[in-house]
Amino acid sequence: MIVVAVVHVLLALLLAPLLPGVINRTKAALAGRRGQPLLQAYFDLGKLLRKDVVYSTTTTWVFRAGPSAALAALLVALAIVPFANARALLAFPGDLLLFAYLLGLARFSLVTAALDTGSSFEGMGASREVTFSALAEPALLLGLVAMAREAGSVSLSDVYTRLAPVSLVEGGGPVLLLVAAAFGVVYLAENARIPFDDPNTHLELTMIHEVLILDHSGPDLAFLQYGAALKLWLLGSLAVGILIPLHGAPPVPAMLGGLAGMFLLAVVTGVIESTMARLRLVRVPQLLVGATLLSLLALLMVLA
Amino acid sequence: MPLLLASLGVLLLGGLVALAWPGHGRGSGRVAAGSVFAAAVLGIIPAIRVLAGGNVMTLDLPWEMPLGSLSIGLDGLSAFFIIPILLLGAIAALYGAAGLRDGGPRRTVATSWLMYNVLIAGMLLVVVARNGMLLLLAWELMSVASFFLVMFEDGRPEVRRAGRTYLIATHIGTAGLLVMFLLLGRGCDTLDFNAFRIGEGGPRLSGIIFLLAIVGFGTKAGFVPLHGWLPEAHPAAPSHVSAVMSGVMIKTGIYGLLRVLTFLGPPPPWFGWVLVGIGAVSGVYGVLFALAQHDLKRLLAYHSVENIGIIALGIGVGLLGRSHHLPVVAVLGFGGALLHVFNHALFKGLLFLAAGAVAHAAHTREIDSLGGLLRHMPVTGASFLVGAVAICGLPPLNGFVSEAMVYLAAFCAATSATGSFAVSGVVVITALALIGGLAAACFTKAFGIVFLGEPRSAAAADAGEVAPAMRVAMVILAAGCGVVGLCAPLLPGAAAEAIRVASGASPAEMQTSVTWVAGSLRLVVLGAGALLVTFLGMALARRRLLARRRVVSAPTWDCGYAAPTTRMQYTASSYAHPLTSLLGLSGWTRREITTPVGLFPKEAHLRTTTPDPVQDGIYAPVFAAIGRFLLRFRPLQGGMIQLYVLYIALTLLILLAWKLG
Repeated sequence: MIVVAVVHVLLALLLAPLLPGVINRTKAALAGRRGQPLLQAYFDLGKLLRKDVVYSTTTTWVFRAGPSAALAALLVALAIVPFANARALLAFPGDLLLFAYLLGLARFSLVTAALDTGSSFEGMGASREVTFSALAEPALLLGLVAMAREAGSVSLSDVYTRLAPVSLVEGGGPVLLLVAAAFGVVYLAENARIPFDDPNTHLELTMIHEVLILDHSGPDLAFLQYGAALKLWLLGSLAVGILIPLHGAPPVPAMLGGLAGMFLLAVVTGVIESTMARLRLVRVPQLLVGATLLSLLALLMVLA
Repeated sequence: MPLLLASLGVLLLGGLVALAWPGHGRGSGRVAAGSVFAAAVLGIIPAIRVLAGGNVMTLDLPWEMPLGSLSIGLDGLSAFFIIPILLLGAIAALYGAAGLRDGGPRRTVATSWLMYNVLIAGMLLVVVARNGMLLLLAWELMSVASFFLVMFEDGRPEVRRAGRTYLIATHIGTAGLLVMFLLLGRGCDTLDFNAFRIGEGGPRLSGIIFLLAIVGFGTKAGFVPLHGWLPEAHPAAPSHVSAVMSGVMIKTGIYGLLRVLTFLGPPPPWFGWVLVGIGAVSGVYGVLFALAQHDLKRLLAYHSVENIGIIALGIGVGLLGRSHHLPVVAVLGFGGALLHVFNHALFKGLLFLAAGAVAHAAHTREIDSLGGLLRHMPVTGASFLVGAVAICGLPPLNGFVSEAMVYLAAFCAATSATGSFAVSGVVVITALALIGGLAAACFTKAFGIVFLGEPRSAAAADAGEVAPAMRVAMVILAAGCGVVGLCAPLLPGAAAEAIRVASGASPAEMQTSVTWVAGSLRLVVLGAGALLVTFLGMALARRRLLARRRVVSAPTWDCGYAAPTTRMQYTASSYAHPLTSLLGLSGWTRREITTPVGLFPKEAHLRTTTPDPVQDGIYAPVFAAIGRFLLRFRPLQGGMIQLYVLYIALTLLILLAWKLG
């Protein structure tokens, strides 16, 4: 079991930067462009790691430690999230809390690093980031409660390993679909994708994530971009694990199934980004509260 | 037990010596701090012994007071509260001894130290008292001592106002307690705790007693809507006093509530629901109003309301677990609440001390006038950051451990129970999730605007690091947050005696629940260790990558605008505005605006304050109405001596008539 879990972590570490590549190629295809290479994110990371850095004179060690701390939190979170409905490396009752709060720690590091620059732009991004994530938190946690009750356990690994293909057609099916929808919204919001944020711009008054990292450069920026790819993987695998439940399949087919699910999700994200406009900022909270309501509805169905 | 009495004695003696010590108050501070240290060592030893072995110690002495004997005792619950009281008391005294020296005339400083020692002794006595009369006396001692401490700078009108508010609030609470103890002692002619027989009074009586305890102890703890005095009194008091008041004094309210619950026997479910409701409201209300504040200490005071809310959520879900016979939930709920009491003492004490250091160095607590302090005050800044991460409940620090236990209690309720009990779990989780997100917003704001960026005023630019003793105090508390976080698996076992007394669980149930949660916490710590190792690995990797590269310094990217000023930075108000307006707080925020006029505007000005709606909307009108009513009796006191003589004569006449008739 441990071997499978280790392989899953290695796969995530290796393949996470492919997700943005797939999203971008999907967008390019839908727009009739050829688009950047699939491996562009890897090229970018390699280049950034070899670049010089510029630090603002305003900044302190908080700015310099921020990217490393955020990436460390996300890496540990990777050990908690089950992939392809197999147990994760670190599984215990209550691990879902550690997962949620590690994401919180990553956010805290990023936001304080952004505030360290003293730039109004980054202040604005930081303010929006904490606003929207405060609203996304209940949606995530209530969704997890619904699934925990369905599975009768408070460990992510237990919850996901009990999901087999039959789970979606059984009585609990609608609950799982509702939670998956809520997680999908959280996935888009936390990863700063359309309709919440546009990953292609960072000098507009509507941006969130891209402006947070505006002043980082070199290896620090590489850490942040790799971290963003990992976050896509982490939250994506929560949604994919529900929609493509693979428990019971032998390890290798399950793994392939899980990977197919992840890349399918990336394609869907690309399609969403190509066909939707970004929401006005004032509408964003409504969508997040909507996601919380989906989770709550799922919870009511399980409790009833 | 003799050690405990010696601890009390040292505190009182130290206070008196500090009062009499010659010099300009500096010596008083050292004497007082020394005595609190000695008392802490003396008092913590028996507390640890009780928590480790569970041998309850009691002492009964006859005294002149009616209603029972002078009875004190030390069981797990008392011992668990003694530790943070003495620990934070000693560390804050160390800080105060360095910080309070230029506070005012000698007399005030020396008196303040006497009161500080009396406050610590009062809190100690509150948690060991085993007689209602003694508890009320200790309670008053504690309240009055803290009132004098709040009034340290009584030359300032806002301090006098805060002191008055506090005095009134605390006595409303005491009134509730007085009635509560009379009801508890009904039927037996003593107020000794072991004589209380509540089961015989029926559910109605215990319900009334429970509600009175909520009012009486809740006023001290700061349950919404009884929290009005906290945001007034905490900013007014000197910082080491705010640290003690917010870190441990308000927890005596939690202690009292837990103690009274042990008299009431198996609780009906509505007890739990009341506390879950109070906890959810206090938690969300506290963090929301904290978000809207831009006085650093006022912000922290509102955060105490939030943390008391988290504690109440834990107790509430624990009570529900008890009444639904789910011991795991009871143990986790009470355990989480108790550990949060301890953890909050550490990080809130730390944050108040750091806020005091900022106020001391920059001469203002106004967040929007500060900025960039981390470079001038590296130790204070780093300590504040540790406190901020801890209070947001983020791993790997201590805040995560206790919040996770309350969460786990709620998760267990929501996943394995049925009906309304499961719903209560969902309510608790929703509240905690909201609180968590908002707290992160609030403390990135507090740390980011105060310590990062560029200074927004000349005072902030000139600020320097505070005295070494003050730094040591903060570093000890910050280290405590880290150590407790990494020792998490030991905590439930260490607090087991206290949890057992509070939750009423049997030893066997305790054993299984504690083992279960300790197993989880062990893996949490494994995760935390992995986090630290990974972080170090990343930092090393980064260093190696940078070693061969050019590292350039340049101004922050300003999007091409060539003349930015530090006043163009994001402020605390602008940072919090999306959330406060979203959550409907902007209706409460008052704005004074002078808009710029003409083509060459000279001045513009915007000032916002967010007063407390409960304070302004409920208490202010009620107290104004009472005042108006009492004004009607004013003609009775006309100031004419003849009139007063007439009153005396009339009174005598009436008494005579009564006696004769």
